[in-house]
Amino acid sequence: MLGALSKASSSAVRARLSSGAPRDILGRAFAAKVDGDTLSVEVNPFTAHKVEPPSTTVTATKDELIKYFREMYLIRRMEISADMLYKAKQIRGFCHLYDGQEAISVGMEAALTYKDSIITSYRDHATHVGRGGTVAEVIAELMGRRTGASMGKGGSMHMYKREHNFYGGQGIVGAQVPLGAGLALGHQYLDDGSVGVAIYGDGAANQGQIFEAFNMASLWNLPAIFVCENNHYGMGTAEWRSAKSPAYFSRGDYMPGLKVDGMDVLAVRAAVAFAKQHALAEGPIVLEMDTYRYHGHSMSDPGSTYRTRDEVSNIRQHRDPIEHVRKLLLDAGLAEVAELKALEKEAKKEVDAAIEAAKAADFPGQDVLAAHIYKEGLGMQLRGVDRMSWLTAPKQED
Amino acid sequence: MYFSKVMSGCVDLRGPRAGAPPASYDPLPPIWTHPDPQSVTRAGPGPLNRASTRTAAAKKELMMWESLREALDEEMERDPTVCLMGEDVGHYGGSYKVSYGLHKKYGDMRLLDTPICENGFMGMGVGAAMTGLRPIVEGMNMGFLLLAFNQISNNCGMLHYTSGGQFKVPMVIRGPGGVGRQLGAEHSQRLESYFQSIPGVQLVAVSTAKNAKALLKAAIRSDNPIIFFEHVLLYNVKGEVEGPEYTQCLERAEIVREGTDVSIFCYSRMRYVVMQAVKQLEKEGYNPEVVDLISLKPFDMQTISRSVKKTRRAIIVEECMKTGGIGASLSAVIHESLFNDLDHEVVRLSSQDVPTAYAYELEAATIVQPEKVVAAVHRVVGAPAGVAYA
Repeated sequence: MLGALSKASSSAVRARLSSGAPRDILGRAFAAKVDGDTLSVEVNPFTAHKVEPPSTTVTATKDELIKYFREMYLIRRMEISADMLYKAKQIRGFCHLYDGQEAISVGMEAALTYKDSIITSYRDHATHVGRGGTVAEVIAELMGRRTGASMGKGGSMHMYKREHNFYGGQGIVGAQVPLGAGLALGHQYLDDGSVGVAIYGDGAANQGQIFEAFNMASLWNLPAIFVCENNHYGMGTAEWRSAKSPAYFSRGDYMPGLKVDGMDVLAVRAAVAFAKQHALAEGPIVLEMDTYRYHGHSMSDPGSTYRTRDEVSNIRQHRDPIEHVRKLLLDAGLAEVAELKALEKEAKKEVDAAIEAAKAADFPGQDVLAAHIYKEGLGMQLRGVDRMSWLTAPKQED
Repeated sequence: MYFSKVMSGCVDLRGPRAGAPPASYDPLPPIWTHPDPQSVTRAGPGPLNRASTRTAAAKKELMMWESLREALDEEMERDPTVCLMGEDVGHYGGSYKVSYGLHKKYGDMRLLDTPICENGFMGMGVGAAMTGLRPIVEGMNMGFLLLAFNQISNNCGMLHYTSGGQFKVPMVIRGPGGVGRQLGAEHSQRLESYFQSIPGVQLVAVSTAKNAKALLKAAIRSDNPIIFFEHVLLYNVKGEVEGPEYTQCLERAEIVREGTDVSIFCYSRMRYVVMQAVKQLEKEGYNPEVVDLISLKPFDMQTISRSVKKTRRAIIVEECMKTGGIGASLSAVIHESLFNDLDHEVVRLSSQDVPTAYAYELEAATIVQPEKVVAAVHRVVGAPAGVAYA
């Protein structure tokens, strides 16, 4: 597919762009050429560090765009309902929402397979769904039910899916990046042609352990892709106040990097596909996704003390990932308004059903309290809260 | 680390007024005290002679986050070398509002917003302390300071010793820890168990608005490195606070309730769990003595031994894990030094050795609840004096 992309840069497309095809306020040109069911789009140019960037002409079929639209909309609805459930105190603790950043998760999954490994931070609801988890699992986990992704023991920040190589779900900022390098090490060791992807944020980019991971991955040519989801704020601190060099894609120094428009699912897909090829052939690479989160850092943060409402609504109006795909489909005549509305309704129904199922589900009981501490049960007796009670850690049946 | 008698050469320069224990207390001098502000020459603004305001100390009710904020404000005004560094402490005002609005008054240098690199900025705090500043390093959650463990242990704790006394590290490492409301395993950690073995640091746990303010002021003025444990769920606890010159001895425990039947030792949020159990126990006719440890390292052995000698029974209620917690150390110490004064082995109520689950009931089952405290007192004391056992 990558070969096709680089050869598909038709001069007609470029001519059309330079002749003043419609551009939005940020200079992004929309759909250029439709050929039957296939759309050829120019994405925003990539900024490259020590590597030749991929072509900015991307093709997508109607089915693919419909699929991305549906997935992103599902994630959006799921996050909004998580917001409502949190305010209704059905979800407690910390809850970090992904709305605004959907294009990254969906675009990445479009370019990878379930054999590739992904690890991310606490903002993991969407990544879990992208890796084949169900919305029902996510909502049940957020509500602390036994049917949740981690049986209610993990919560918002700790969701995993081993069968599809999703390694979570980490609470401590930046700690997942050395783990991600480890995933890549595993892939290299087993020589299975897959990559390890470590996702972190612009706040985490200042952690020392990330540079340690960069060094080792580059030293040993691990098939690693480091993805920085740059939403420009590390909780309440803007990137210019916390990073001397906010060019996160160049922070790898000796390691090549690409800066990508993270609100455009097709750009993300192209970049990740390029990065996978690079990681397998030549070595690790950093991708910086220029994105934005509409909510605050978490549900405890209103998100309005350190940025203006105008900024948020501006992004919503001009760079929203779902609206972009909607516009692509409608402008090219590939879909009708009614068709997309039907998809939205379907997604809403799925999320509502998930909430109902979660509300009806059981909470985890005392039997799972001491389960999964060790892999081998050890027949261990754990001391209870007082000196008289003992728990037996059950032997794990695999 | 604990001392069973007063170290020679320590004199209470402040006099009995400031930070005095309750009146019924046996007035032995404290183990280690802070130099009187008037006896220390420090450059900077703010009147050092505050004798006139001491007697007219303003009393008002504040929430703990407000009282910590007031302590910070007063100390920063008094001494220009005091500064706070941490994530989102400046412009954002602190994730628990402890430094709310202070950056407008003191500027970005003294309320330093750091990037997210705990190991890095902890080390930076130690370096700054060595050059003569008095930094307060805030961990947004105590659990994040595991990333900074090397800096806290080796550099913060040991530098004074390894340099033969040349360098002092007068820093305060503070932040909220403990089990909150369903924050998940990685954000519900109790780091006092891990830090207690580091030689050279002092550990202090606050529990009320009053002792929070008084202890933070004392910690900032102390030349030792202090690890200052706040609790996520106690920031909105209201209480009366004292005026700007009131500090509390960092090594002294607080008697919360005097009693005769049993000594219950607790700290931080467990103080409230115990006092809730005490309501039930009082109805049943028990008379427990409740001691808030305050100083987790070193233990205030004077207060502790005096209490145990009086009641001859001890229960420790802590939020740490059963294995290797503060209670484990205290239990060993009491057994070893007060064996003949005990009528019952020390009973330890602590959290279970499991990661803190997210689900509400599982989380509640892993930490000490008031019913467990009541049951423990029943077991240790037997029938309350003069009442038939129900």
